[in-house]
Amino acid sequence: MQRFEFLGRFARNRGAFVGACLILLVALMAAFASVFFPTDPLRIVGLPELWPGEDPEFPLGTDSLGRDILSMIVHGARATLLIGLFASAVATIIGVGVGAIAGFFGGWVDEVAMRAAELFQTIPNLIFVLTIVVILGSTLTNIVIAIGIVSWTPIARMTRAEFLSLRDREFVQACRSMGMSDFRIIVSEILPNALPPVIVLSSLVVAGAILFESAVSFLGLGDPNVASWGRLVGDGRQLIRSSWYICAIPGIAIMITVLCLNLVGDGLNDALNPKLRDR
Amino acid sequence: MSGSALPLEIVDLRTTLFTRRGEMKAVDGLSLTVAAGETVALVGESGCGKSLSALSIMRLLPDPPARIVGGQVKLNGRDIVPLPEEAMLGIRGKEIGMIFQDPLSSLNPVATVEKQIVEVLMTHTELGRGQARVRAHELLELVGMPDAARRLDAYPHQLSGGMCQRVIIAMAIACSPSVLIADEPTTALDVTVQAQVLALLKKLQADAGMAMIFITHDLGVVAETADRVVVMYAGRKVEEASVDDLFENPLHPYTVGLIGATPTPGAERAERLADIPGMVPPLNALPQGCAFAPRCPRVMDRCLTQKPALTAPAPGRLVACFAAERT
Repeated sequence: MQRFEFLGRFARNRGAFVGACLILLVALMAAFASVFFPTDPLRIVGLPELWPGEDPEFPLGTDSLGRDILSMIVHGARATLLIGLFASAVATIIGVGVGAIAGFFGGWVDEVAMRAAELFQTIPNLIFVLTIVVILGSTLTNIVIAIGIVSWTPIARMTRAEFLSLRDREFVQACRSMGMSDFRIIVSEILPNALPPVIVLSSLVVAGAILFESAVSFLGLGDPNVASWGRLVGDGRQLIRSSWYICAIPGIAIMITVLCLNLVGDGLNDALNPKLRDR
Repeated sequence: MSGSALPLEIVDLRTTLFTRRGEMKAVDGLSLTVAAGETVALVGESGCGKSLSALSIMRLLPDPPARIVGGQVKLNGRDIVPLPEEAMLGIRGKEIGMIFQDPLSSLNPVATVEKQIVEVLMTHTELGRGQARVRAHELLELVGMPDAARRLDAYPHQLSGGMCQRVIIAMAIACSPSVLIADEPTTALDVTVQAQVLALLKKLQADAGMAMIFITHDLGVVAETADRVVVMYAGRKVEEASVDDLFENPLHPYTVGLIGATPTPGAERAERLADIPGMVPPLNALPQGCAFAPRCPRVMDRCLTQKPALTAPAPGRLVACFAAERT
């Protein structure tokens, strides 16, 4: 009942609805990549630099080595989405953890946590990601962790702000008077109230993470064993004057996905905003 | 009483606020006993230390700035003031229940009624989730929630203030505490609902033999619910009496003022309600003598320099006033 109301409010935002549909499509593509293209997407299958439409066997053409671009895009969707989701999960876990503790306990704990967040915010994000990846090595896990580490600060600030406004509310006092421990109050009483704006922010961090990963891969620091979209753009870099489609196709895929994620974020914001509820 | 301790015995409780503007004695030597099945009303204006007394008993003071600096709070004979916080977790909600002023904001807005009651039950009892649900339903019926089965799935904003207060009462009595503290439980409710909630509290108390501290500034409510009344002023107890004695023959000028400031049905409409001039003095600027002296109609020279101690002019009565002693 409640869930349907939520979906209804979400779908009322047309952009969000379209965005969600497209994301779903990309997700399905990612999930069934090996059904559509059972062979390794990084295998050379045809002539190099076939333009889209030139050969009906490769509707989106081939790259400089003669690899099927469509196959790489479909498989790349999986890598790109997973990186986005996991990086966002890492950022959300760190951010909510730090923000909740800082906001709930206040005092010096809050000071320390917020100064730490500021320290992270002063370092340019991309350079920070690149540094971590270079130091730890270009594996998928390290890239995910690096993106998570630079993206947690806004989530931490948001969570802290929510906790600050919620911790002095009477229901929290009432929970205390019923003998609940601080941990229980944080996790099962305040957190559910603080989550809606955090969820919105997390969905936007997914989009940001995809962009970060693309940038890292474009600069040639991506995981060499994974065909993410960013890496496809990076691989086509040298041929950008003659065969620009090699860069453009994955670039458009990134653009559409990130745009859709932002639209979904907006839709979630509308749907979860308590002020718009019951109208 | 044959050896068994009183549910609640407060001895010389002192709570101080440590602020930048100095130390303020918010509760200054409060002593109080509540027997099983008895209701003691704590009465006074805003800022006289009622709620801080209640929070001191629960050990829920906001620290900083407030801290208990002395005295004992004996719960069933055990002093809980020196207990560590972990031990308090097992006491709050199980041995002392508390009901707050604003029912709607005392419930978690994003959890269902059932979930909130189940949470409390699972904090203090060994019940499984399934059993706790059954018990939650029973509790809602016990507090007279209309259509209890359906309300279990309701969210607080779907309930009226009176219904929310019933849910909170259900949560407060879920683990059958021996002491219940009600901090202005009916102030936010409208008058008809107020009467229902008071009747409910009275009934639950009588059934379970709970000791109840009832904090209010509404003397009408006091007359209806309390057995004994403690009048507080600026953090100190200024008068204590049975409810009948207090209304029949108030001794402290402050009590007289409070009663005079309460409208009585049948009195002349045109007659202006007597008010107490001035305000409760700020705790960091208390006068040297009796705190009430600047507002007192019977003030004497002595009141300005000495603090009156509590004396017992009659059995079961206490008053802290030089003027009352003389008469």
